[in-house]
Amino acid sequence: MKYAFSFLAVIALILIAGLGSQIPGMQYFFGVAIPYLAIMLFVGGFVYRVMQWAKSPVPFSIPTTCGQGASLDFIKQDKLDCPTKTSEVVARMFLEIFLFRSLFRNTKSEIHNGPKVTYESSKWLWLFGLLFHYSFLLIVIRHMRLFIDPVPYWLSAIEGADSLLQIGAPTLYLSDVALLGGLLLLFGRRLVNRQVRYISLNNDYFPLVLIFAIGVTGILMRYFLRTNIDIINIKTLAMGLVTFSPVINVKIGAIFYIHLFLVSTLLAYFPFSKLMHMGGVFMSPTRNMANDSRAKRHINPWNDPTIKPHSYAGYEDEFREFMVDAGIPVEKELSAVQDEA
Amino acid sequence: MAVPKLEQLSKSVVQGPSLATGAVPTKDWMDIPAIFKPGNYAYQAKQEKVAYLNSQPGLSFPNAREWSPEDDDWKLPEGWKDIILKGLKERLDKFRSLKIFMDCCVRCGACADKCHFFLGTGDPKNMPVLRAELLRSVYRNDFTIGGKILGKMAGAREMTVGVLKEWFMYSYQCTECRRCSVFCPYGIDTAEVTMMLRELLHLVGVGINWILEPASNSNRTGNHMGLQPHTFKDNVDFLADDVENLTGIKINTSFNRKGAEVLFITPSADVFAEPGLYTAMGYLLLFEHIGLDYTWSTYASEGGNFGLFTNNELMKKLNGKMYAEAKRLGVKYIIGGECGHMWRVVHQYMDTMNGPADFLEVPKSSVTGTTFNNAASTKMVHISEFTADLIRHGKLKLDKSRNAHVKATFHDSCNPARAMGLMDEPRYILDHVVDNWVEMPENTIREQTFCCGSGTGLNTDEIMELRMRAGLPRANAVKHVIDKHDVNTLSCVCAIDRATLTSLMDYWNPGCKVCGVSELVGNALVMDGENRQELDEGLRTLV
Repeated sequence: MKYAFSFLAVIALILIAGLGSQIPGMQYFFGVAIPYLAIMLFVGGFVYRVMQWAKSPVPFSIPTTCGQGASLDFIKQDKLDCPTKTSEVVARMFLEIFLFRSLFRNTKSEIHNGPKVTYESSKWLWLFGLLFHYSFLLIVIRHMRLFIDPVPYWLSAIEGADSLLQIGAPTLYLSDVALLGGLLLLFGRRLVNRQVRYISLNNDYFPLVLIFAIGVTGILMRYFLRTNIDIINIKTLAMGLVTFSPVINVKIGAIFYIHLFLVSTLLAYFPFSKLMHMGGVFMSPTRNMANDSRAKRHINPWNDPTIKPHSYAGYEDEFREFMVDAGIPVEKELSAVQDEA
Repeated sequence: MAVPKLEQLSKSVVQGPSLATGAVPTKDWMDIPAIFKPGNYAYQAKQEKVAYLNSQPGLSFPNAREWSPEDDDWKLPEGWKDIILKGLKERLDKFRSLKIFMDCCVRCGACADKCHFFLGTGDPKNMPVLRAELLRSVYRNDFTIGGKILGKMAGAREMTVGVLKEWFMYSYQCTECRRCSVFCPYGIDTAEVTMMLRELLHLVGVGINWILEPASNSNRTGNHMGLQPHTFKDNVDFLADDVENLTGIKINTSFNRKGAEVLFITPSADVFAEPGLYTAMGYLLLFEHIGLDYTWSTYASEGGNFGLFTNNELMKKLNGKMYAEAKRLGVKYIIGGECGHMWRVVHQYMDTMNGPADFLEVPKSSVTGTTFNNAASTKMVHISEFTADLIRHGKLKLDKSRNAHVKATFHDSCNPARAMGLMDEPRYILDHVVDNWVEMPENTIREQTFCCGSGTGLNTDEIMELRMRAGLPRANAVKHVIDKHDVNTLSCVCAIDRATLTSLMDYWNPGCKVCGVSELVGNALVMDGENRQELDEGLRTLV
């Protein structure tokens, strides 16, 4: 029941923020200090982690080739899956990062009586993943309206598109539904797929539950718990935060502080968790390298020139007689060696 | 070890306690210890082999001793835990891949059922993700903030003897085939993780004999088989005589000849045992056919490199002979025979480790005039590239009917497919030398190809059941085309495959032969002045 811990942790976070923010004077702590601290941890931690990765060299050229490489002119190269040029690598990375191309390949294997091993296409993970990541991205972009004044046209256009169906008032954002749906599906998959269930750690459930709670508190704030939730006041705080002159001079509902605290937790947690796959996906040597290691020499900064092969001279010394007997040419004839001795 | 009967194993892989088919262990994987018993592990390296390697300049193979995986006490050196953790730190600083792969996994499980070892054994720790977690859990504990604070709750655990034993078991149930890496959204390559695990284990003197003995041989005699120069020459000449008996063509061979245009290097297994011998006969015929000015070397008489399965220092040391010999002999470039892991080393490591080969020329076929720009820096061409180019230019007289006895399919070897991108050259050759060949199902070929189950030095007899289990996905795909298209020959471009797939076919699909693509080329070649007998089985015909 590893996921139970994640629920408990998130409930605890909600209680801390919900109760804490109601203590007079603590609004600044939850509305200003915590977000600043979280942002610092996020940016600092993220940069630190990426720097840590970058510090280690890539000693060998190890792309995973997933198609025909460039060779003879009549053999057609698969430029996306076995790139040689930078532009081809960029294209491969683009499709990987923006369309999760490797997951699109996913198959499900089964072993039937016979035995007979079968493979069928399995795109659920790809679909759930896309659903979650893109709705999350859209929501993050939408929230930019709180930090930019006046709200630019493109941002309003995105909001308009996101509420295209015009359901309810305020209008329902499709990305809200997609985010919660995506998270539920990813969570459900962790429980239903026996292999994934067996490998899942707290670290895997926690972010799902946390982001789910962020989504739910956001939705509650927008559609249901609207007491003391005034977008103007929240924007004033947000603008204050980004201009380093934060003020909180009105009462804002607890649900806002809970939402903000959970987001802060996510930001602070991010660099120290598997969520760093966001940065790592760009730097994975099996994907971001060109398959040109026979055409261009890849340099290993710690290559040790003192490691030499067992020398030919040593080899010939050991086997000279046999070699001469067998008529294999030698560097030093037997007579020359005897003279030396 | 006795291998279970086919019927038994056929049932066991479906109904046995297997996570692959539905049985979920009740215990957390961290609470299930690795238990060694006859048949489930490859024999430990002999003391004298470890000591020999340790005595070689540039190498470190400490703690040579008598020990057994079945013993409780592995006689690890004093301070073994510090050695391991220090070794891990050092490797994190040397390999960005290791750091990224330790940090980025989200345990999405896309890799889980992609591993042939997992499919065949159903052992959860053979899921690539869990194999990596064996190391990742220790990494978390000692190298991450979350792991240090939260410990087991964050999936961290301390390095213990039990963990070390687990590493030994599961880093030798991975053939570094990279199939998981194809499906991973971050390209996490278990081969990298397995390599690191094996490197770390060698730091405390834990390794297997099937790898370290051939590696020692290769260092001393020039090849894994331990063939001394005169024996190596005898073997090749013996094959040349066979070819003459079959075709009436006198084959010219030369060894360690200075001034030849080309140095030819192939896995020594090709001149040592069936069915590789027939592939080697194919090379001899091909080079004779085009009158190539080439030489064999007894010093660099090994294409393969068991250093790849050991640590990067040994890989470099063994590989160094290729360029050293090419330089000594003054050849223009190198042609490499059919081999899987050899080509991983040649394609992705050689130039970096032992280059630049500025004493060689960019390979240019003297027969067709083609310049192999894809090998402009390493100066080493794959035999399939070389042959395909010859065919393309109409330089080979081929008679497909000489392969009428063959109904082939083609097995992509892991490394040429996933660490090189050599897929269509052998297919192009097949199109021109056999009438009949078919592809296996698409999820089992090209970049999705399944390993033979015995790569990375696991082709040893004491783990035959494991090998047959791990080879099941490959064998099953072959069975599919046998049933559907009456395939009788599994062709490949890998010397380890030629040995291991033969055992695999004999077990799962008796009657299906295994051959190198160059054997089929040799079968089909029409030689000038030949006096060819009726060869019903090509170069395999007994006359």
